[in-house]
Amino acid sequence: MNNSATSFVSAVALVLAVALGSGVPARAELNVDITQGFVEPLPVAITDFYAETLEESKTGKDLAGVISADLERSGLFRPIDHGAFIQDAASLRKGPRFSDWRLINAQALIQGSVEMQPDGRLRVNFRLWDVFAEQQMTGLAYFTTPSNWRRVAHIVADVIYKRLTGEDGYFDTRLVYVAESGPQNRRVKRLGIMDQDGENHRFLTAGNELVLTPRFSPTTQEITYLSYIGEIPRVYLFNLNTGQQEVLGDFPGMTFAPRFSPDGNKVIMSLADNGNSDIFTMDLRTRGVKRLTNHPAIDTSPSYSPDGRRIAFNSDRGGSQQLYVMDSDGGNVRRVSFNQGRYATPVWSPRGDLVAFTRMSNGEFYIGVMRPDGSGERMLTKGFLVEGPTWAPNGRVLSYFRQTPADSRGRVTSKVYTIDLTGFNERELTTPIDASDPAWSPLIP
Amino acid sequence: MRFKLLTLFAAALLVAACETAPEETAAVDTSGVVEQPAAQPASPGGPTPGSQEDLLLNVGDRIFFAFDRSDLNADSRGTLEKLASWMTTYQNVTITIEGHCDERGTREYNLALGERRSDAARDYLVALGVDGGRVTTISYGKERPAVLGSNEDAWAQNRRDVFVVN
Repeated sequence: MNNSATSFVSAVALVLAVALGSGVPARAELNVDITQGFVEPLPVAITDFYAETLEESKTGKDLAGVISADLERSGLFRPIDHGAFIQDAASLRKGPRFSDWRLINAQALIQGSVEMQPDGRLRVNFRLWDVFAEQQMTGLAYFTTPSNWRRVAHIVADVIYKRLTGEDGYFDTRLVYVAESGPQNRRVKRLGIMDQDGENHRFLTAGNELVLTPRFSPTTQEITYLSYIGEIPRVYLFNLNTGQQEVLGDFPGMTFAPRFSPDGNKVIMSLADNGNSDIFTMDLRTRGVKRLTNHPAIDTSPSYSPDGRRIAFNSDRGGSQQLYVMDSDGGNVRRVSFNQGRYATPVWSPRGDLVAFTRMSNGEFYIGVMRPDGSGERMLTKGFLVEGPTWAPNGRVLSYFRQTPADSRGRVTSKVYTIDLTGFNERELTTPIDASDPAWSPLIP
Repeated sequence: MRFKLLTLFAAALLVAACETAPEETAAVDTSGVVEQPAAQPASPGGPTPGSQEDLLLNVGDRIFFAFDRSDLNADSRGTLEKLASWMTTYQNVTITIEGHCDERGTREYNLALGERRSDAARDYLVALGVDGGRVTTISYGKERPAVLGSNEDAWAQNRRDVFVVN
């Protein structure tokens, strides 16, 4: 029994390897159209990954659970309850009985297996089936250390997402954010980091000093953020591998609002000099500093376009806080926000086609998007205080934070949310304590 | 019109705050005041000359701003004139001006606005003859409200500069 099972898995692995090398034949039938506003989620059957031993079976079940949760949270898929499954796991290993899956209206079927290797690594195989076309859409095998199973689940979910939507996934990512506790006037703020599903949470700083606005490097395991170490607000780098913190430059005034350039070689930020905030870049290799704006107005919250050629920022140079776009050398500044209210925190989409922002109008805050020329403005969500959008690396999902007004005892709560670019599928991202200033990582390399 | 109303409001609050000032200040303003345990009264009669308590009692430790503004109103200028004179009396004293904002703005913009507010006060002190080297500024944006609450009353009191004796 064991022997024949082992040889079956090897055979599958071979087939998978071939499929991986030659490329899976593309099919058009099963496809989630994500260009519409609201899409009916695609029903998918995600079976527990098969394994021979009890321990491996648990991992197989956990893998399926994480994949299922990833796909469900995207709002584009509806995992079918396991109780409805007709074909059992053992017979599924010999191949799907598609009629059984069609009966429960599964459009796609995901199956997999888990096996510990003699060298201590875990092998995870999976296959994605188009139930109605009765065809395999993709199948892959991964080898990993057993403790890394969660990442494999996210990677598999990304492959499935891409195969079914045609767009890159965003599940194998993390968010860095500011964890908050205590009353508003003595709020303790710490850097926190977690997987995009809230798992593997840990704090990066102890809370001894105020920290704000962390942002991921697009290329390295580094974060840039604002810290009040020594009661001097300045921009720092935090190295996620070493845990080291390093101040960026030695300026007479406050440095704040940092973000990396798309190539990861520069940090763009505001520097306050005699009360006036302008935008500068610092080259991380040479430490050379370049001034980009020189205006008595507040110029802050700069964000590069993904091609590095333009920079969006907010300024009150026109009398109130509005969005502007300039060339990366600081030239050709033009205002792009013109509707009612104040506009802030422009963040360029990783796709380059949109800029997300915070808007304040008539006592409410909004998260919205517009094209970089200011056209096509659209609000995604609103509230007493919603602020600080950040994009998932596929430019499809945004995160931001939402703070409640103070209750009768002066207490507020602040939570991080995610929302689809369409404005649907708004969800809280559960954190151990209050949270603000989320920043999405690129796909983990 | 709205600004005028708010200014009046702020002035009224300032008066109200004075009536209960010692306790409330100790309770809410932990950013600088708490770290000055030396500022004990030298005698039962009054605060140590040149101390934070002295500044609070004889000058006032804060000024207020209109929404999204950093210009000084007549009340603020009056307080700063008293502060300049007080600093002339106590030549060894150096101060930090903390710039603060209400919660109705975005974080980074408010850091810049708080910087502007603290610098506006510093500029005025320097214009009144105070050595700029005795006055440092720091912005806390919306991170350290003095008053908890999400209403016009709280916001008016949170849009402020606070003077802290170093």
